[in-house]
Amino acid sequence: MTEKTLRKGNEALAEGAIRAGCRFFAGYPITPQNEVPEYMSANMADAGGAFVQAESEVAAINMVYGAASTGTRSMTSSSSPGVSLKQEGITYLASADLPCLIVNVMRGGPGLGSISGAQGDYFQATRGGGNGDYHVIVLAPNSVEELGNFPKLAFDLAEKYRMPCMILADGILGQMMESMSFNFDPVDPNQLGKFDWAVDINKNGRKKNNVFSYKGDNLIADVVERAKRYGYIEKTEPRFETRQTEDCDVLLVAYGLSSRACMEAVVKGREEGLKVGLFRPITLWPFPSEALRSAAKNAKAVVCVEQSLGQLVQDVKLALNGAKPVYLNAYPAGGQPDGGTILPAVKSALNGGTEGLFDLQRHAEGFSYECKRDASLGVQGDWKGGK
Amino acid sequence: MTILAQRPKSLLDVPMHYCPGCGHGIVHRLMAETFDELNIADRVIGVAPVGCAVFADSYFACDMVQGAHGRGPAIATGIKRSKPGAIVFSYQGDGDLASIGMAEIVHAAVRSEKITVIFINNAIYGMTGGQMAPTTLVGQVATTAPKGRDPELQGWPINMCEMLAQITGSKYLARVAVDSPQNVIKAKQAIKKAFENQVNGVGFSMVEVLSQCPTNWHADPMKALEFVRTKMMPQYPLGVFKDEGAK
Repeated sequence: MTEKTLRKGNEALAEGAIRAGCRFFAGYPITPQNEVPEYMSANMADAGGAFVQAESEVAAINMVYGAASTGTRSMTSSSSPGVSLKQEGITYLASADLPCLIVNVMRGGPGLGSISGAQGDYFQATRGGGNGDYHVIVLAPNSVEELGNFPKLAFDLAEKYRMPCMILADGILGQMMESMSFNFDPVDPNQLGKFDWAVDINKNGRKKNNVFSYKGDNLIADVVERAKRYGYIEKTEPRFETRQTEDCDVLLVAYGLSSRACMEAVVKGREEGLKVGLFRPITLWPFPSEALRSAAKNAKAVVCVEQSLGQLVQDVKLALNGAKPVYLNAYPAGGQPDGGTILPAVKSALNGGTEGLFDLQRHAEGFSYECKRDASLGVQGDWKGGK
Repeated sequence: MTILAQRPKSLLDVPMHYCPGCGHGIVHRLMAETFDELNIADRVIGVAPVGCAVFADSYFACDMVQGAHGRGPAIATGIKRSKPGAIVFSYQGDGDLASIGMAEIVHAAVRSEKITVIFINNAIYGMTGGQMAPTTLVGQVATTAPKGRDPELQGWPINMCEMLAQITGSKYLARVAVDSPQNVIKAKQAIKKAFENQVNGVGFSMVEVLSQCPTNWHADPMKALEFVRTKMMPQYPLGVFKDEGAK
């Protein structure tokens, strides 16, 4: 445990990773996570590790693939469009059973979107954004304190289960400053034992090790065997936090920064006599379904608060399986919730109203759309162009 | 009885899947001989590509990492930077290195990564069944260039050694062939040099090997060798394009 100091989220994350024994970092500049590679470039060499500014996010994740193959604690960080590029490497890492840390400091999407913090990459993170049947463990911090301490947890889980682990943060969390302390002793990676699967020098007669992603005829057996790990993780590793769920009429569900706004809503709501509680998943995969079911047991309604267009809400509905009405209070593409915007949704969920509740089809009520071609502009085959 | 030649220890005693007449097996052997002769077998970590050599990890006795298409130089970078004592190679074909992996090979050279790249140029995509490669010759027929490569539509073949020679970080660049005993001996010398450079910490070294693909060229092995000599060598002249190893 260190003294409390004021740190920026991205810098706490980078320092936390080095303290957790990370000794290889590769990344490519993208806002709003640039402080991470900047911090690594300044401090990784002194820690005895390697920092590489890669030519692309694709190269960066593949450098991590190479470094992780040697058993080195390795990581990359990026933001949403960059993490899309990394998906090729992530599915290969999952297939090759390689532990590593991938950080997504989310920004607005789709596409180039905006540089504002957002939560639009929940599906990409939890569903496996690359090809094939696989998962990565996804940790969702909601404070600078957690940003700094989760890299240690991420490496421990990644190595325990031989799989990539992702920290899903967002631009505001990465950019904001808070008082924080590291709650673990620095890890000396030179004192960590070797893995029996890693590639290495000085083999001293041991059998050769191959790290590979092409499974050919063994693919079915390989995927089915790995699924046992996934099932075990779903049973043993869900993490979550609850606030005043015991007597709540409305249970808010939110992760990351949204959950901070929900904490405010819980306090304000209770001041107004509304029995509001909060369930915060800390692991987004494995999703804490069972814990959510018991937290929602006495609630009349569940309201998902997310900075996306209805992603987290799908896992909440799956977990509750129709047992409770589930509503969505959505702030897509960089919108920010606060206590004042959440409480109307809480009231609507209790009294059957619609204020603050987002429903995709209701959103499109009275709306129709059809994009048409217009020959009066000229025709496609006319090389001279239109009028 | 004196044994004059035998399987190098760095090559495993397993059947290879390569087609009859293919050049991959020859190059594998030259690399394995090099590991034995330089006494680096216990330090070598290889990166196998996507493509015909995807199973190379089963043939070399060293630890191997098989990675994504084109990303060999990035993966090798990660290995080398994590294990600076390792002798790291990336083994890549022409589609892998000169098309999808163009950024990775160029920037590995820019950073002068202390790795060795073995680049097999057979002017065709082999594993996927004979599609046009970035190195396919003008007029050469491929399954995605059924009328032959037309520069108007598909541009010209790319000469990687000449291109990478422009980059300060590249330290050794040689193009060799494995079409004849003489050229195999020269290929061996170049491959050995490229690994010696890594032992000496020289910087980015690459050997481009003109290799025959009888299957996808629809040629018998002898005609394939002839194609290397008469068609490929005029476009891809053999030689050393850069050698800063001594400095």
